[in-house]
Amino acid sequence: MDEAKQSAPVQKEDVPAIRLAHITKRFGSVVANDDVSLSVRHGEILSVLGENGSGKTTLMNIIAGIYYPDHGQVFVDGKEVVIRSPKDAFRYQIGMVHQHFKLVDVFSATENIVLGLEDEGRFSLRKAAKRVREISEQYGFDLDPDKKIYEMSVSEKQTVEIIKVLYRGADILILDEPTAVLTPQETEKLFTILRRMRDSGKAIIIITHKLHEVLSLSDEVAVLCKGKYVGTVQTAETNESALTEMMVGKKVTLDIDRSEPKDPVDRLTVEDITCRNREGTELLRHVSFTARSGEILGIAGIAGSGQRELLEAIAGLQHVNGKILYHNPKTGQVDDLRDKSPLEIRELGVRLSFVPEDRLGMGLVGNMDIVDNIMLRSYKKGKSVFLERKNPRSLAEKIIKDLEVATPSANTPVRRLSGGNVQKVLVGREIAASPTVLMAAYPVRGLDINASFTIYNLLNQQKENGVAVIFVGEDLDVLLALCDRIMVISSGSISGIVDARTATKEEVGLLMTKNSADAYAHTAAEGGDA
Amino acid sequence: MAQTQTTKEPLFHIAKRDSIVWWKAWGIRTAAILIALIVSGLVSFLLTKENPLRIYATMIDGAFGTKRRIWGLVQELAMLLCVSLAVTPAFKMRFWNIGAEGQVLIGGLASAACMILFGESIPSPLLLLIMIIASVAAGAIWALIPAFFRANWQTNETLFTLMMNYIAIQLVSFFVYKWSVPKGSGQVGVINRTSHAGWLPSLGGHDYLLNIIIVLLITVAMYVYLKYSKQGYEITVVGESENTARYIGIPVKKVILRTMLISGAVCGMAGLLLIAGTDHTISRDSAGGRGFTAIMVSWLAKFNPVYMILTSFLIVFLEKGATEISTAFGLNASFSEIITGIIIFFIIGCEFFIQYTVKFREKEAAK
Repeated sequence: MDEAKQSAPVQKEDVPAIRLAHITKRFGSVVANDDVSLSVRHGEILSVLGENGSGKTTLMNIIAGIYYPDHGQVFVDGKEVVIRSPKDAFRYQIGMVHQHFKLVDVFSATENIVLGLEDEGRFSLRKAAKRVREISEQYGFDLDPDKKIYEMSVSEKQTVEIIKVLYRGADILILDEPTAVLTPQETEKLFTILRRMRDSGKAIIIITHKLHEVLSLSDEVAVLCKGKYVGTVQTAETNESALTEMMVGKKVTLDIDRSEPKDPVDRLTVEDITCRNREGTELLRHVSFTARSGEILGIAGIAGSGQRELLEAIAGLQHVNGKILYHNPKTGQVDDLRDKSPLEIRELGVRLSFVPEDRLGMGLVGNMDIVDNIMLRSYKKGKSVFLERKNPRSLAEKIIKDLEVATPSANTPVRRLSGGNVQKVLVGREIAASPTVLMAAYPVRGLDINASFTIYNLLNQQKENGVAVIFVGEDLDVLLALCDRIMVISSGSISGIVDARTATKEEVGLLMTKNSADAYAHTAAEGGDA
Repeated sequence: MAQTQTTKEPLFHIAKRDSIVWWKAWGIRTAAILIALIVSGLVSFLLTKENPLRIYATMIDGAFGTKRRIWGLVQELAMLLCVSLAVTPAFKMRFWNIGAEGQVLIGGLASAACMILFGESIPSPLLLLIMIIASVAAGAIWALIPAFFRANWQTNETLFTLMMNYIAIQLVSFFVYKWSVPKGSGQVGVINRTSHAGWLPSLGGHDYLLNIIIVLLITVAMYVYLKYSKQGYEITVVGESENTARYIGIPVKKVILRTMLISGAVCGMAGLLLIAGTDHTISRDSAGGRGFTAIMVSWLAKFNPVYMILTSFLIVFLEKGATEISTAFGLNASFSEIITGIIIFFIIGCEFFIQYTVKFREKEAAK
């Protein structure tokens, strides 16, 4: 393992660092990868682009030894290899940074980095820390080797993951959607480091579905579509719309129609709410805002800044201090929803729909079929002790038809559906309740472009019907294109509310990290994880 | 890197099936039972030098050989099924009620107490009514205690219900000693031997028929309750995801309490059927481990009450047959347990092959 580390990568220029030939992988009847071939050279960054479910992660997991392909070969430096486990992958100097971090919270950075390594001789944590520091300096990471994971921000945790694979001598790096959890500023910093690694001769594969990142970072782009390999293009010779076309297989317009709000009135006023977790740490601090009818209010912020608590507080799932006032359009009454259960809220005549972030863990029940999931909102109707499945069934069939849910039947368990179709069922159900307030947390996360646009259109329709829409998003481009106003949340407090028609990405990005320094003191004790 | 290892593709790897046609699934199950029979035949031949076919014949004879044996089998099946039905709503709610043993026992204790204390003074129909109320209530209370603590303070229900078993056993021991006939013998003996006060009446001359009918009714009721009632739906939602239940506004605490109440009540009923309908006596072994076997029955049937008839039949058949082997061939009881163990191992194990498929290395494709 050691002597290979020093081998000069420059001489290998023309032999691909890693080459995949005709890789096929099936899960049951689903073909995740169908005859995929691609290659990366040393000193090159390859983006693997594709919609969700196109097989990017499966492909990378094959390289990293987590899955074993049904057919096809893998070549490292021109030699055919068999990678049966992550250990094998490390032996061929392949390191993967997963989308979900795999770190031990109570360990320090160094301890996590050396975890599982079998070194010869006596192990010295001090020596390891020194090596970690060297790697950090070499590539320009900013990391304290002795800091505990629970004290770290998301981007620091990612740094630990990257250094972990470098420490093991990885020469071929795979990053699975590394920017999903980062602010624009952090993303830029990461890209600088990745470019530096490329220049030092590493081969880098990055999975992403953000087109502008592909264009700014990579040398080549390999595009997958529904498990099939579409082709590889030079980044310099392509553009966003050409890539989208390759990805989706047809031309799509990337514009979101945004109408002017029609006579907006205040629908939901949140006044000074504060929320603590069990340890007493404040997750929301003095949050106040108003959502108006016929308007989409966007909520931007780094993941885990209190978005979830905010929406759950409004939906009656989280205890808070303060006031949540609902202006009933029918009766003209104003009700305080604070600390009311979802049932009590519904009994007040408040038509509040909520598309939670955790679709299968909260919004739906994975093992139940579509009909039973549609029934969740309405099963209690009527006096009978028995369930009435006729109306839910026809509603389910209507949703399947209207939203083009791809499913064998209405009796299919929702966990069998793909992410986009799961979301269509959930959003369809929530909209069917003809809400006056619709809250959606990351409704397009993990969805492909077509499904995303279906959701945007649904939200827009609701807005035009006079619904007060609250949209928590992560892609700033989308937030800026879809919303009327954007509220930025940073470490549990509102750092600003901007007009989405005039604001810029940089402005919002800055607000996302604003006063995070003093907020850090609050979250540090709690681990930064909400 | 210079390792020129001759690493080959692994010999086989395991992949999840996303669905399986019903006949394939049943084919796998049938194959599993056949293999189980072959293996246990081999084992018994090696251990006892007896002809395996004769052993199996003896098993079948032990279960179905005489009219009396068939009645015994069906009665035993009904008792096990009753306890299995009782634990099912709790399991569906992902509430690990392993306290059915205690809940049955305490229900049985309640009916025995009624029989002993009021047997002389209260007319039989009224006595039976009191016994039903007492035993159902006792079982329900025994289940509600852990449910209450779990619902309010998130205590571990597995440990709690398990501990409640021991309390029930000790309580029964205490009363058995107190009521023992003759005093100090440590045995209650047949209660109301002559008056038959508090005994479940026999229908058409069959002692167990009433038990069996009652359990059948409970089976149908439980099936309908779980599948078609709003409460059954709530149980499923709470079991699958408490978060979803909260999100939708299902009162989780209430559902936990209500479901355990039902679970305990049916256990109490099973206790009544055992004491008043079958044994007419009580001892600390009255529940006979059914509270634990029921867990297996319920899981094997994937919580479907109708399938549970099949799975409890299987278990009871094996028990009866295996006991017969031990006596017929003069082997000790452990031998029959070995056979039962082998067969159950294969039956449970085959579910893996229904969920997953094994892919073997393909022959090197010619290039």
